Amino acid sequence: MSTQDSTALSQASEKDAQPSALSRFLTATEIDTRMLGMVAALFAVWCAFDIYSGILRPNDGLFGGAFLTPRNLWTLLVQTSSIAVMSTGMVLIIIMRHIDLSIGSMLSLVAVAGAVLQVYIMAPAIGVGHPVIWIVAIIACLVLGTLIGALNGYLTAYAQIPAFIVTLGGLIAFSGVAFLLAKGVTVAPMDKTFKLIGGGVPASWLGPFWSWVLAIAACALIVFAVINGRSQRKRFKFPLRPVWAEVTLAAIGSAAVVATTWVITSYPWPFGLIRRYALENNITIPAGVENRDGDAICMAGEKIVRCTEGLIYYTGYAVPVLVALGVGAAMTFVAGRTRFGRYVYSIGGNPEAAELSGINTKMMTVKVFALMGFLVGISAVISSARLDAATNALGQLNELFVIAAAVIGGTSLAGGIGTIYGALLGALMMQSIQSGMALLNLPAAFQNIVVGTVLVFAVFVDQFYRRRVK
Amino acid sequence: MAQNSQVEASISERENPDISPLVDMQDLSIAFGGIKAVDHASCDLYPGEVVGLLGHNGAGKSTLIKILSGAYPRDSGSIFVNGEEATITNPRQAKDYGIETIYQTLALADNVDAAANLFLGREVLTKWGTLDDAAMEAKAREVMGRLNPNFKRFKEPVAKLSGGQRQSVAIARAILFNARILIMDEPTAALGPQETKMVADLILQLKKEGIGIFLISHDIHDVFDLADRVTVMKNGAIVGHARTTDVTKDEVLGMIILGKCPPGAVPGPGALSE
Repeated sequence: MSTQDSTALSQASEKDAQPSALSRFLTATEIDTRMLGMVAALFAVWCAFDIYSGILRPNDGLFGGAFLTPRNLWTLLVQTSSIAVMSTGMVLIIIMRHIDLSIGSMLSLVAVAGAVLQVYIMAPAIGVGHPVIWIVAIIACLVLGTLIGALNGYLTAYAQIPAFIVTLGGLIAFSGVAFLLAKGVTVAPMDKTFKLIGGGVPASWLGPFWSWVLAIAACALIVFAVINGRSQRKRFKFPLRPVWAEVTLAAIGSAAVVATTWVITSYPWPFGLIRRYALENNITIPAGVENRDGDAICMAGEKIVRCTEGLIYYTGYAVPVLVALGVGAAMTFVAGRTRFGRYVYSIGGNPEAAELSGINTKMMTVKVFALMGFLVGISAVISSARLDAATNALGQLNELFVIAAAVIGGTSLAGGIGTIYGALLGALMMQSIQSGMALLNLPAAFQNIVVGTVLVFAVFVDQFYRRRVK
Repeated sequence: MAQNSQVEASISERENPDISPLVDMQDLSIAFGGIKAVDHASCDLYPGEVVGLLGHNGAGKSTLIKILSGAYPRDSGSIFVNGEEATITNPRQAKDYGIETIYQTLALADNVDAAANLFLGREVLTKWGTLDDAAMEAKAREVMGRLNPNFKRFKEPVAKLSGGQRQSVAIARAILFNARILIMDEPTAALGPQETKMVADLILQLKKEGIGIFLISHDIHDVFDLADRVTVMKNGAIVGHARTTDVTKDEVLGMIILGKCPPGAVPGPGALSE
């Protein structure tokens, strides 16, 4: 071999060595590169909104805008919860090569039914605010959702009507039922305790202390999972990940939890709420002086400060966000660690093979749709509690956002492929784009155009990525 | 005529009262719409025996075998396993009788890994009722190590594997749960010479362990050297049964193509009447 050749060779190997450091890292930690891409895209969208909103009107965001502020991120999470909960179920349905178009209408039907039960039936019978009311209302919503979902599944599996048609019928019919049930009016107000699930009142915010307790518990769980996984693999003498990779994984996971909690706990209660809270609890607020507009302001030397300075309360995790996180964790467990989840993936990969393996694919279809209905029940509770009312318009078009979230999250409509965390990220992406544009005061028509384009573009990128990986 | 009765005697030698057939399918029929896919077919299989089930595409071989493996419910007839009448109405029940099938399409869930496919429908659970992936992977490594020692891709979905690797996953699944009756539907149709040899060796090894094997093919050359007996089907009916030592390949070809039974075979209802 000539010297020229060998230099060329060593140059080539140097070139190869550079990307392989990253790819070695990814292989060792077994991080899903697709997920990494999604997280990066999400951050890019967030930063773009923050920078652009900062140019329009400077604020105290990370880049001088209004998007990357604790307040906006906190609101974003609360707004995402309802869609996020449903998207975890939609993933399983799409993996099994079905679709559920009826969930938006189902949500309004369930929400209205729950509201009618609270407001028109139980409250007059046993008195407003009775603790039985909210418990019965929640159970009723969950049961009703599950039953409707099971009906969808039954018609799909046993009557062999395509799920698209069954749920398209449901989309149209359920909203009609909801309208009749509500008699066309808004059913309100919700029970006092029921409302906590919506996250709209201070009592439904965890506060910094319990938020951090939860965060520490979550970090401990992550570390435990990593150690447990390693000892399992050791027991069977499987190839192990290098220790540094395990440590990195645990560190990244814990860092994500800590960062999220830090953001969530640095959003103070709005001023009005603090004042009301102080009044209700006999806490004195400095009286201050009236400014030109007639509002009370306080001075600290030369600086104008809030009169509630020193009376700052931070929100922490809101109940609906906790519900969504809990559902996400539970569904990840169901999809990955249980026989049910294994069957969902196998049926999606090859329905005939699943059938020949003795899996009752029809019953599985009913179960998956029933699970979807159950999750719709949860979302119905969240949505109506947050709105403090239920109407037949609640949940309208939610099916499209949920399907879009699942698809943006990497779920393949051909079946067999999809993840729960992908759907959660997808839901967050959809909501980020929506609320970001609302923050920029873009007209609703323009928002729809962008959301639709993003959906198509995301699937295009996904297809491109999959082809490259193959 | 005299020759014929001799053949019958030699076949019934095996049917001595000590050894009952592993499987005895009697008078099975199934129709899809107006088409009689399997028409009063009977067929049996003894321990340690390889029976080649031959016929053209559409002769009813795969359908007959799918009745045995529980994929299709039969219209009439009965199946005996070890001399006792068996109830087989779904794949699950067939597996309970030790009947395992390697389908022509392999019937693998392409999107999950080898271990998940091996245990599909029969997952190992932990004491908390969750999937014991570690235990399943360990068992998968053990079985696959026996069949295909070079196989290392346990973490990848089987869609990414080569044809031969996929075939070994399908075979591993069939022998994993101590099958006593193995049905192989065109097991070498998609394989190269090397892998075909591997499957042939495996069949001989399983035979030695006393497992009865149905080998289905439309290609006589695949089957003739491995099989102890052949059963030929045409248009849903049995043309005849024959020991491979009593007939030539050409005679069996005549059975497949024309439905003509040679003197060395026992004619069935589908045989060409002279």
